[in-house]
Amino acid sequence: MKRFRISPPIAALILAVVLFVLSGLLPNGFGSDLNVARSQAMNILRLSVFLGVIAAGQTLVIISGFEGIDLSAGSIVTLTAIFTYVIVKGEDNKVLLALLVSLAVGAFIGFLNGAGITFLKISPFVMTLGMSGVVTGAIIIANHGNVSGKVAPIMTRLIARPLSPSFPIPNALIIWLVFGVLMWLLLERTNFGKNLFAIGVNRVTAKLSGVNVIAMNLATYSLAGALAGFGGFLVIGNTGVVLLQLGQPFLFPSIAAVAVGGTLLSGGKGSYWGTMAGAIVLTLITSLLTTMQMPDSVRRMVLGATLLILISIYGRQQALRQ
Amino acid sequence: MKKRITWDFLMTRYPAFFPLILLVLSIAINLFLQPNMFDRETLNSNMRVFLPLILMAVGQAIVLLGGGIDISVGGVVSIVNTILATRVGLDGSPEKMWQFVLVSLLAGVLAGAINGFFIAYLRLQPIITTYATSFLYAGFALFILPNPGGGIPADIANLYRPSTPLGLPLAFHVIAILLLVWIYVSSTRYGKFLFAVGGKADAAYETAVPVTTMQFSIYVISGLMSALAGIAITMLSGSGNAEIGNPMTLNSITAVVIGGNAFSGGIGGVAGPVMGAVTLSLIQNIISFAHINTWWETLVKATIIVVALAAPGVINLIRRRRA
Repeated sequence: MKRFRISPPIAALILAVVLFVLSGLLPNGFGSDLNVARSQAMNILRLSVFLGVIAAGQTLVIISGFEGIDLSAGSIVTLTAIFTYVIVKGEDNKVLLALLVSLAVGAFIGFLNGAGITFLKISPFVMTLGMSGVVTGAIIIANHGNVSGKVAPIMTRLIARPLSPSFPIPNALIIWLVFGVLMWLLLERTNFGKNLFAIGVNRVTAKLSGVNVIAMNLATYSLAGALAGFGGFLVIGNTGVVLLQLGQPFLFPSIAAVAVGGTLLSGGKGSYWGTMAGAIVLTLITSLLTTMQMPDSVRRMVLGATLLILISIYGRQQALRQ
Repeated sequence: MKKRITWDFLMTRYPAFFPLILLVLSIAINLFLQPNMFDRETLNSNMRVFLPLILMAVGQAIVLLGGGIDISVGGVVSIVNTILATRVGLDGSPEKMWQFVLVSLLAGVLAGAINGFFIAYLRLQPIITTYATSFLYAGFALFILPNPGGGIPADIANLYRPSTPLGLPLAFHVIAILLLVWIYVSSTRYGKFLFAVGGKADAAYETAVPVTTMQFSIYVISGLMSALAGIAITMLSGSGNAEIGNPMTLNSITAVVIGGNAFSGGIGGVAGPVMGAVTLSLIQNIISFAHINTWWETLVKATIIVVALAAPGVINLIRRRRA
């Protein structure tokens, strides 16, 4: 018997659209005003970009299998956001330098993660959790409670503003689409991508087929760190202010976005399109819950229940007897 | 040559061997910084603070042994704390307290059963499922008690705090009971099944191990242990706060892994995680006694934890290079 299946990214997207349309009927939704609806939709999409980019690295490490996960992503985001903030100091010509530093710092932390996991055989969950603590500690010291800096006008222009007044698509969204295409190319059209799925399915067979598992593992975690660093760069470009807790709220949602997007948390199967859709769904749900005026307690319960329903729909693993 | 075999034998046969070294080391440093550490009063005041994490680590250890993970444990602790703080109240009677202790335990079992249902019967992935339910539970705790307050009667809290039966802190008795129960359980069929399911679930299934039931049961146990931890922490603090359990979740996982259990399941025990939880708590003590600059606390603590986690791997690397 063949069961009817739709691919998780599409399912997540359909769900997002349905939820969004339904939200129009809420007491303080957009009602029948199409302009408000459009601007709301654009705003939610713009906010999804940050979660989406941070979840990109998460997608890579989760696909790489072997319980791959990156719990240091949140602290890397905060760290590189602070670096960007301090380096740029409001000058446009320092932006590129800040971006490179963000990527390098992220990649370095990711490399340390990868080294601990590969050579010292520490499980990814605990290794990256410990690394997150170390990075947070370093942030606290470097910060001493306050940092001075400023984002450059060009960053705000490129990240937070729409393309042009007559064409109200946020620039961040265009960056994200390009980024998504690059991620797709990386995963589906390069040797790296092929090897990534190979080690995700089975490390032993991958190794026997000539994949350098150690190098792949190091590269994957470094790349994931760099992508989180890029996320930090984008986030600070959007908010313009530094907080010690800037990145942490993105951490578990980034894992949830990957799961909602249909990537197997056990590795070897998944796509970045799915993660993008997952990021949109999660951002949509949290924004809707924020606009609906309910107490924090109810909001959390609704978020938990929605997540449970979401993953129950298509996050199910194979039955043992198959 | 013979010595090397001994070391490898110890490391693989007794996963709790390395945690024991860490524990002795952290006790030694702590003793140096706090010479009166082994006075009955000091020992008890330390151990009663450590007990909630120890209880959670035991629950988490069972879940990890069975190949799962539970990141909703902090939420369960919060629920129990808020139930006791609001339903018993500062002027409640002892009967009322025991009644709601029972309710709390049931709440923990129920929360664990919800996790277990979704993970074992609907076959959802543990980490994301318990992440979702952690919102459910934390939200529910906040729903019961929106603002910190309430509490339990002081004379009931005082049953827990200075309690040293037979001259030993209450926590020692609890640990002894936990270890005895574990020694018994690991010799039963349940214990064998637990290791089988955690080691390789599909192989266990093919050898007629009731995998689904086992998976369900580990989350129920974890819920129950978290409820006990919630009761302990409520008796310790005497008051209610819906956020009390949140920071304990990741600590419980770290404690289990420092305790030598494999994150992927099937290897380890309960003694190691208990030692891991005590070590983790002692590290916190050491940091506060060493008068480290507040700014440096987080970094120092995290670095010590990473070093503790990395040490067995580093030792193995060095040994392999020499061999």
